[in-house]
Amino acid sequence: MNFEGVIKKLEDKDKQGIQEQLAQVKNMVKTCIQCGTCSASCPNIEFMDISPRKMWRMLLMDRFEELFNSQSFYYCSTCYYCTLRCPRGLELTNAMSALKQIGSRLKLKHFRSSALFYEAFMKNVRQYGRVREMEMMTRYMLALKSPGQSLSYAPLGVKLLVKGKIRPELPSMGAGKLAALFDQVLDHESGHESNQVSEQILVQAQEG
Amino acid sequence: MNYLYYPGCSLGGTALEYNLSTISLMEKLNAELVEIEDWTCCGATAAQSVDQLLSLVLPARNLALAEKMNQDLDILVPCSACYLNLKKTQVALGSDKKIKAQINDMLVSEDLSVAGSLNVRHLLDVLSRDVDVADIRSAAGNKMDGLTIAPYYGCQCLRPFTVFDDPESPKSMDPFIRATGAQSLDWEMGGQCCGASNASTKPAVGKALVGRILEAAEGVDAIVTVCPMCQMNLENFQKTRGRNANSSVEIPILYLPQFLGLAMGISPKTLGLGLNLSKNTHLLTQMAI
Repeated sequence: MNFEGVIKKLEDKDKQGIQEQLAQVKNMVKTCIQCGTCSASCPNIEFMDISPRKMWRMLLMDRFEELFNSQSFYYCSTCYYCTLRCPRGLELTNAMSALKQIGSRLKLKHFRSSALFYEAFMKNVRQYGRVREMEMMTRYMLALKSPGQSLSYAPLGVKLLVKGKIRPELPSMGAGKLAALFDQVLDHESGHESNQVSEQILVQAQEG
Repeated sequence: MNYLYYPGCSLGGTALEYNLSTISLMEKLNAELVEIEDWTCCGATAAQSVDQLLSLVLPARNLALAEKMNQDLDILVPCSACYLNLKKTQVALGSDKKIKAQINDMLVSEDLSVAGSLNVRHLLDVLSRDVDVADIRSAAGNKMDGLTIAPYYGCQCLRPFTVFDDPESPKSMDPFIRATGAQSLDWEMGGQCCGASNASTKPAVGKALVGRILEAAEGVDAIVTVCPMCQMNLENFQKTRGRNANSSVEIPILYLPQFLGLAMGISPKTLGLGLNLSKNTHLLTQMAI
C-alpha cells in the first residue's frame, strides 16, 4: 500500500505522531543547499532509486508519497560520510534513521524485510538483554516466509554452527530481561511525543 | 592502565575470537579489563531504525552500570557499532539536559541512573593513544618481516565522532603494523563502508561493497579489522564474490589484536585463530607459527 493510503487508515493520534516525526526530520535538513556532497559521498547510491540530495528536497517540498515509495533511505548503511562532509553541518545520517523509523512505524510493504529484521532483533534484545544470534535469525526467517531468501543464509549459518559461534538454545518464555525498560520507553513515546514536538515548534516560533 | 570492558553481543557469538584476542593482547600489554557486570545489548543499528529514545536508553543502561562499578576508568569497547552507540549516548548526556532527564526517567524501571561521566573509547583509540608502540616492537622482534597487511577501519570507529584518527584518511593502525616488521598497505579503502547490516538484508549490496574492498587489497597477505561487522562481511563475501567474478580471491581476514598478538608470541589458539571464517593456515605458515 502506498504512503497516503497507509496514512489515511491510521487513527488520528497515530496520524498526528507521524506528522510530528515528519516535521522533526524536515527541520533537520531545512538549511540544505542542494550541493550534492551527500550523494557524491554515499557508498550505496548505485542501489538507490532517488539520490540523498533529491530526497532532502522532496522532504522539504512535502512530496512524501514519492519519498516513501522510494526505498533509498533503507539502503543507508550509516557510514556517516555524508554527515562528515556536509558543508551545512547537517546530521544527514540521523535524518536517514528518522525516515527509517517512520517507515518501520508505517509498516510500508517494500520495507518489509528490513522492518522484520529490526523487529526480530529488538524482540530478541527485549527477551534476553543480549542478542542470541541464532534464535534472532531463525525468527527473522520465519517471519519473512521466504524459503529462498532463508536458504541463502544457510551456508553461513552452517559455518558459524560448526565453529561454535552460534548455538541452538532453548527459547525462554518469562517476562523478558528488558521488558520493563522497553515498556517504559514505549509508554513514554506514545504519551509524551506531542509535548516534545510542540515544545520544539514553540522554540522555532520564537526564533522565527 | 585499567579499563572497564564492554564486549557487546557479537563478541559472545560471531566475534568470539575478537573477544579472546582483545583480552589476551591487553593482558600482554599489562592492562586489566574489568567487564561491566550484567551489561546488555547497545541496540546496534536496529534500535535507531525503530525508535530514537530507545536507541539512547539501551546504551545508557550500560553506562549506568559502569558508573556504579567505577568512577575513574574509561570504558573500552572493541566493537565499532557498540562504541558508536555508547559514545553517542555519552555525548547526548553531556550536552542535552532534557534528553538526560528523559533517559534517567526511563532507567527508573531498572533502578539505575546515569550521569554520562565516563569516557567511552574504541579499542583502536586505546591502542593508539595509551599504548607505547615500542612495547609491541620489542616483543615482536621483526616477526612479520616480509608481509604486507591492509589496515581496514570501517566507518563507525572513525565517524561521526572524530576522536583519535583522520576520518577521511585513517592512519592509526600503521605504526602498529610496522612495529611487527610488516608493511602497512597504503590504500584508499581503509575507511570505506563494507555494507554493514545491509549485507544481511540486501546481499547484493554487501557483495558489491565488499568486492570493491577485496579487489583493492588483492595480493596482500592479510587484511586486519577492528569491527565484528566488517570482519563478518569481509570474510563471508569473498568466496561468493570470487565465484561471481570467476576467480577465487581469498584473503585471510584477522582482527587487529589477533595479528598483533601473533607478532608478540601469543599462541594462535589463545587468539582464536581457528574461529575465523577465512582461511589463515597458509598465513600462519608464512609467519612460521
